[in-house]
Parts: sequence; structure tokens; C-alpha cells
Amino acid sequence: MSAGWVASPSELLMKAATRASARRRSTVRRRLTLIAGLAMLFLAIAAITLAPILVSQPPNTIDALNTLAPPLTPGHLLGTDQFGRDVLSRILYGGRIDLAIAFGATIVTLVGGTFIGLVAGYLGGRWDSVLMRLVDLFFAFPFLVLVIAIIAMLGPSIFNMFVAIWITSWVAYARIQRAQTVVAKRQQYVLAARALGYGHLRVMFRHILPNTASAVIVFSMVDAIGNIILAASLGFLGLGAQPPSPEWGTMIADGQNYILSAWWLATIPGLAIVFVGIAFSLIGDGLADLLRPGDR
Amino acid sequence: MSRFGSLPRRLVHVAIVLLGITLVTFFLLRLIPGDPALAILGSSYTHARAQAIDSGLGLNRPIWSQYGLFMNHLFHGSLGFSYFYHESATRVILNHIPPTLFLIAYSAVLAALISLPIGFFAGLRRGRAVDQFSRVFFTLSFAMPAFWLGIIFILIFSVHLPVFPISGFGSGLIGHLYYLFLPALTIALSFSTVLVRSLRTSTITTLRAEFVDTAQMKGIAWSQVLRRHVFRNAVLAVVAVYGVNLAYLISGTVLVENVFSLPGLGTLLVNSVTDRDYPVVQGVTLVFAVLIVTINLLTDVVQAALDPRVGQEIGT
Repeated sequence: MSAGWVASPSELLMKAATRASARRRSTVRRRLTLIAGLAMLFLAIAAITLAPILVSQPPNTIDALNTLAPPLTPGHLLGTDQFGRDVLSRILYGGRIDLAIAFGATIVTLVGGTFIGLVAGYLGGRWDSVLMRLVDLFFAFPFLVLVIAIIAMLGPSIFNMFVAIWITSWVAYARIQRAQTVVAKRQQYVLAARALGYGHLRVMFRHILPNTASAVIVFSMVDAIGNIILAASLGFLGLGAQPPSPEWGTMIADGQNYILSAWWLATIPGLAIVFVGIAFSLIGDGLADLLRPGDR
Repeated sequence: MSRFGSLPRRLVHVAIVLLGITLVTFFLLRLIPGDPALAILGSSYTHARAQAIDSGLGLNRPIWSQYGLFMNHLFHGSLGFSYFYHESATRVILNHIPPTLFLIAYSAVLAALISLPIGFFAGLRRGRAVDQFSRVFFTLSFAMPAFWLGIIFILIFSVHLPVFPISGFGSGLIGHLYYLFLPALTIALSFSTVLVRSLRTSTITTLRAEFVDTAQMKGIAWSQVLRRHVFRNAVLAVVAVYGVNLAYLISGTVLVENVFSLPGLGTLLVNSVTDRDYPVVQGVTLVFAVLIVTINLLTDVVQAALDPRVGQEIGT
């Protein structure tokens, strides 16, 4: 912005001062945000790891005498479903699937997409424009529809869901990392590293990547939520985990049939998704402030 | 350069993307492991039927010629033959388009009605009650699967308070508006998250702009400054976000249609996957992609019409 007409100095000072104090407050709050998020995620991971200790009934054990027991029934804290399977047990064991997807799908696309974006942005030229057209192409499809179409061809299963996510999700990381790299490669520290005679690989991975990775890392937290919701959505549509798997989305789909008589079957697994989602969301917000304080 | 000076370039770009879309949808069928005819026929597999399917899909020709055939059919409005419905896939798909389009438009309007006031006031009264409330609410809804929210709405507004129907499309405009209210609200709420956040940010940025100080010092009433200077500029910045995120909204319709059993493209897509009706899956994917490209193009045009500064950048 050019230096044009400015408000009175005192007013500007006031604006700056309020901004600075707001920033201090928000920094403290965001540290807390990160800690709260990590605590929630740790709690979730501990619960699903310790599932065999926490609940006595395995997730697929049928108990014909105790069907559709409401929550807080003795022995069934969150009630049972139409086959008398314990809802709490199913949620804990099902969480293993959903969290595995969150981590498995996210880490692979984070690493792969970042690598592709880094190389394309650094090299530039023809490969870069081919990649960017490819990225545009992927963004032309609604993400969920593309994933469903790929699963349709491969056949519905958890593994094919991973494959579909891997095929489609790296694109966002590639786009973000490419943009960061294109800016970074013209900066002094990169030119200096090149002037010192460092090779391209070293400059890319030891200089540019550490200085720019915060963007993709912060995005990966948002993406992890997206992947959990995606896994649950596909399970819900019958295109991901298949019954009797206790995957959260399949549980919700199953519970929708009993919505008139047993409200807890469809609602409680959703709360589990929301809990984990908030954890990742808080971690993302906290990381954003920690890694790139200039942004907010 | 005129306001829409770079539109032709943009159209060329769109044509290239459309061509790419046909390539991707064409190659989708290639992902089927093993013999597509076997996958389509399943237990009713006979050699003669398999050969009929192979020649129907053109699978016995070289790949470039298959793509040519696919494109030729496409230009004649044919998306192939639906093996499940035993009629042209184009007709099946066309029958399912109206509910989806209606739902998308309805949710887009609801989303705007919800997020414009909330986002603007959250930005104006930063850190106050409205802001805090919307932050909590939209953090929650960000982590909330749309299909689950839909079920919660059914539970509250259809089961406990029987105000809205549990499923169905209704008839007539009023009927559609009534039947689709809960589905549209479900999609609109998950769509609003992004809109509220970006409108809040752009409101805060606009409030800091020098032209706001100028307007104030000229003696214009604060409410006028807000309405004519701050709001209008803040909303401009959100138009792009709105367009881009309509893609997100389309993913929402696929799920929500299934929750409320609406006879739209999303339900058709999922059913066709289960029925292994590959030409329909291919066709619906194509239709959705074309829809997104159209929406993006419209967004650019609207943005250029609203904001002269954007015109020069389109197409880059």
C-alpha cells in the first residue's frame, strides 16, 4: 500500500496498542489451545489402546437378552444395539479404525504431496506446469465424488478407501508446498546456500523444506479431521468399512434404522467423531500460532 | 483492458479442464481390477453377455479409439447404457438432477443468510459474545460430519417435535422448500463454517483500511460507513471463498441426500456403486465435475462484475 493519507498519529497508536495486547492474549490462549488439543487426542488414543481393559465385552459379541438397552444400564454405560452389542466397546474398538485412517491417510499424503510440491516448485518449468494442470484437474472434481468413483471401480473396502484417499489427497499438499517453495527459492537464504555451492537436493531438503513446512503441517491437522469425517462418511454410505465392523460411520448408519426407538445408536458414535475432530482442530490452531506467528 | 478482458483466456482454460475431466472419467473404468464385464455381470456372467458388454463399452478396441468413442458418444449426449436400470444412463442421470440442483441452490442461499450476519458481526464485535459464540459453534460444526448432523436434526425436528418430514422431496415449490428444509439446513451449516471465518477476517481487515478512517473523518455516520464501505468490501473478499467452497457443498449433498433418502444424484451415485452400474457412476462423476467448473466460472464472472480490480487478474 502506498503512503497516502493517514489517520491522526494518536489514533494509529491506539490501534497498534490494542492490536499488540490482543496478540499477547491470543498467544497465551493458543498455547493452551495446543495443550488442550493434545490432551484430548492423547485421551482418545489411550482409551482405544486400553479398550480390552476398559470394557469387558468384545465389540461384536451378541447378547440376545440385552438388546437395545438404553445408556447407563448397569454393565452397559452407553447402552447396547439391536444385537445386544455393547456400544461403548464398539466405539472404543471402532476408534482404532478411524484413528488409523486419520493417521495413515494423512501422513502418506502429507509426505507425498509435500515432496511433489517441493520438487515442482523448485524446478519450475515444464514439469511444474504439468503438475499444476493436474492439480487444477483434481480440484475440478468434488473431492467426495471422486473418492466414491474410485472406490466404485476398485470395490468397497477399507484398503481401497485408503487407496482412493492417497490418489486424491496429495494434491492439496502439493499445491500449498509449491506456492511456499516458489516464494522461498527467490529469498536471500536460498541464494546464499546456492552461492556456497550446496547441491539442489541439499538446498531443497535442508533449507527450503524446514523453512516452509509449517504451512503443510498446519494444513495436515485440518486434513486429518477431513479424513476421519471422510472415513465415517464412506462407512455410513456403505462404501468404506463393512458391517459388522464397529467403524463409527457404519455404526451411525446402522443406528439410523433405529432412530425412532433407540436414539443413542446413531448419536453417540457421532459424538466420538466430534471429540476427535475438536482435538485435531485445537492442535491445528495451536500449531498455526506456534509455527507461523506472523499469520494471525 | 475491459472488465471482462481476460474472459476469453479463462474460457480456453475451462475448455482444457473440461477435456481433462473427460480423460479422468474415461480412465475411471480402467481402475476396475480384472475383467470389467465380469465385474458388471457378476453371477449372471456368460461369454456372450461379456462380449456384448465389451463391445458396448468398446473394450475390444485400442485405448485411443475407445476414448474417441467415449467422446463421440458424449458429444451426442450419451453417457453409456445403465446395466441396472436397462435404459440410457443419460436419462437415468437427468431424472436425478433436479432434486440435487434444488438442494444445492437452497443450501447456498441458506448458508449466505446464516453466515453473512454472523460473520460480519463477529468481525465487528471481535472478541465479544457474538464472536466467541460463533467461534465455538463453528469449531464444533467443523468437526461434525454433515450426515450425522442431519440425523440429529431428524431426531429433534422429525421424531421429538414432528415439524419436518423425515425424508422425501415433496411436490411443488412450497413442498420442495418444506421437505428440503432440514437437508438444506444441514448442508448450509457445515458450509457456513468457512464463510463465517473468512467474512470475520475480511471484516477485521477492512475495518483497518485507510478508506474507513477517511470515510469516518469525512463525517459520514458510522452505520453508513459500516453499510456502504465496510460490509460491501468485506463481502467482496468472501465471494471467491463462497465459490470455491461450493465444491465442499456438493460433497455435502451426496451425504445428506442419502440421510434423507432424496431422489438426487448423490443417492444415485451411491446406489450405482453398490449395484456396480459403472456407466452411471462415470456419468454422475462427470456431471458433478462439470457443475463445479461452471460454478467456478460463474464465481469469477460475478467477482469481476462486482470488483473492477479483479477483472485484470482473471485467467492467471
